[in-house]
Amino acid sequence: MSVDSEVRNYPFGIPVRLEIDPLLTTLRREEPLARVRMPYGGEGWLVTRYEDVRFVLADPRFSRAATVGREDMPRMMAAPGRPNTLLSMDAPHHTRLRKLVAKAFTSRRVEQLRPRAQRIVDDCLDELEKLGAPADLVANLAMPLPVTIICEMLGVPPSDQHRFRDFSDAAVSTTAYTVEEVAAARVGLETYLAEVVAERRADPTGGADDLLGALVAARDNDDRLTEAELVQLGITLLIAGHETTASQISNFTYTLLTMPGQWELLRDNPDLVPGAVEELLRFVQLGSGGAAFGRVATEDLELCGVTVRAGETVFVNTQSANRDESIFDTAGELDLARGHNPHIAFGHGVHHCLGAQLARVELQVALASMLRRFPKLTLAVPVEEVPFKTGLLVRGPRSLPVSW
Amino acid sequence: MTAQQWRVTVERATCIGSGVCVGTAATHFTIVEERSQPNAELIDPDDAVLDAAESCPMEAILVRAAQTGEVLAPEP
Repeated sequence: MSVDSEVRNYPFGIPVRLEIDPLLTTLRREEPLARVRMPYGGEGWLVTRYEDVRFVLADPRFSRAATVGREDMPRMMAAPGRPNTLLSMDAPHHTRLRKLVAKAFTSRRVEQLRPRAQRIVDDCLDELEKLGAPADLVANLAMPLPVTIICEMLGVPPSDQHRFRDFSDAAVSTTAYTVEEVAAARVGLETYLAEVVAERRADPTGGADDLLGALVAARDNDDRLTEAELVQLGITLLIAGHETTASQISNFTYTLLTMPGQWELLRDNPDLVPGAVEELLRFVQLGSGGAAFGRVATEDLELCGVTVRAGETVFVNTQSANRDESIFDTAGELDLARGHNPHIAFGHGVHHCLGAQLARVELQVALASMLRRFPKLTLAVPVEEVPFKTGLLVRGPRSLPVSW
Repeated sequence: MTAQQWRVTVERATCIGSGVCVGTAATHFTIVEERSQPNAELIDPDDAVLDAAESCPMEAILVRAAQTGEVLAPEP
C-alpha cells in the first residue's frame, strides 16, 4: 500500500443527482484497494477497478452469507444482513433458490413479454397525452411499466401495488428512514407476502403458471424451499422488480434530455436504442453508494497485491468499474453509439441481476416508444428543479415533469 | 458402474459473460475475453454444471451425455 493511504469514510459524500464522485478516478489510478470506514460495522476494503471488481464478484471465496445477522460486519445500512434472501446467500443454497426462478427471467422468456410491455407503455403514453403537458413521467410511465410487469409475472393483482410500494423506499433506505421505519416496512412486506401465499394455497388453481404459483408448488409439493425463503423471494422479486427499473427509466430520460443533442441523436437514429440502453446502463449512476453489498473473504487471499484476511469485508464499486479507462475508450463520456461495452451494471457472478434481461426489454420499449411518440420531449422545469430521491440505495427523480 | 461422461459447450455468440456459471461451477468455467468457456469439453458428471446451465440467463450452456447426445440441461 502507498504511504499516503488513509481510511476514508464511505460513501465519500452525499450523491448529487446522477454525478459520479471524482475520487473514484483517483482511487482507480492510485489506490485500487482502498481502506474505507462504513456507516455501520467498522472498516472494510473498497475495490474500484473493472478487473478487480469482476474478480471479487465471481470468486466463491467471497461470501455474502457471512454478513447475515452480524452487527460487527461493515455495511451501508443500519440493519445487519437479513437471512433467507437471494442476495444474502452463497452456493449451494443460493443456487437452489435461484434455479427456481431463473427460467422465468431468461432472455428467451422475457422476449415473449415484449409485446405486453409495449401495450403497457402505449397505454401509459396515451394517458400522458390525455393528461396534457406538463405531466410527470415517473408516475405515468417509469413506475407503472415495471410494477405492472412484475405483478403479472408473479401473479399478484396490480391493484395490490400500494401494499408493497408504500414500503419499497424504506426497504432500500440508507439514511432516508429510521431503523424503526425500515423494520416496520419489512414487517409490512412480510405480512403482505404471507397473505398472498396463503390465498394461493387456498386456491392453488388461481394462476398456476405464474411465479408465485410455481414457488408455492415448489414449497408444498417438493419442499425445495422454506416458508421464510418463499416469503423473502417474493419480496425480492417485487421490490427489485420495479424500484431499479423505474429509477432507470427516469434517469435515462433525464440524462438524454439534459445532455445536449443526446435525445435528438437517438430520435433520429432509433436503431441505436438497444446499444444506447447498454451505454446508459454503463454511464448512469443508479446506486447511491455504488458499493452497498459487502463480500466477506472466507480465507486469506491476494487482491491488488495486498493480503486480504479471512473475515475482512470487501466492497466493490461497479459504477467505478464501468468508468475504468483501461476497459472503455472515453470512459467518462456518454457515447450512445459505443461499440465495445462489457459494462457490469447488472453485476457479475452468481448474483448477476436476475432481472437483467427483463430490465433491458422494459428500458428499450420505454425509450423507443417515448422517442417515437414525443419526439420533442423536454423537461418542463429547469434542470435544477427536478427533485431527486435521497438517502436510498438507488438514485432517481421523485418526479420528472415533461412537456412535448 | 462408470458414469457416462458429459459434453459441455457454451454458445459464444449468445453468452453475455454474466459470470453466473463461473460463480456456480468455478472449476468448470472461465471468462475469457468477456465470454465464458468450459475448462474442458468432456467432463465427469458434476451436478454443479447442470446448475450452471439452468441458471444461465441466456441459456447459452448446453450439457449433453457424451455418448448418446441426450440433452441433460437446460430444461426446455
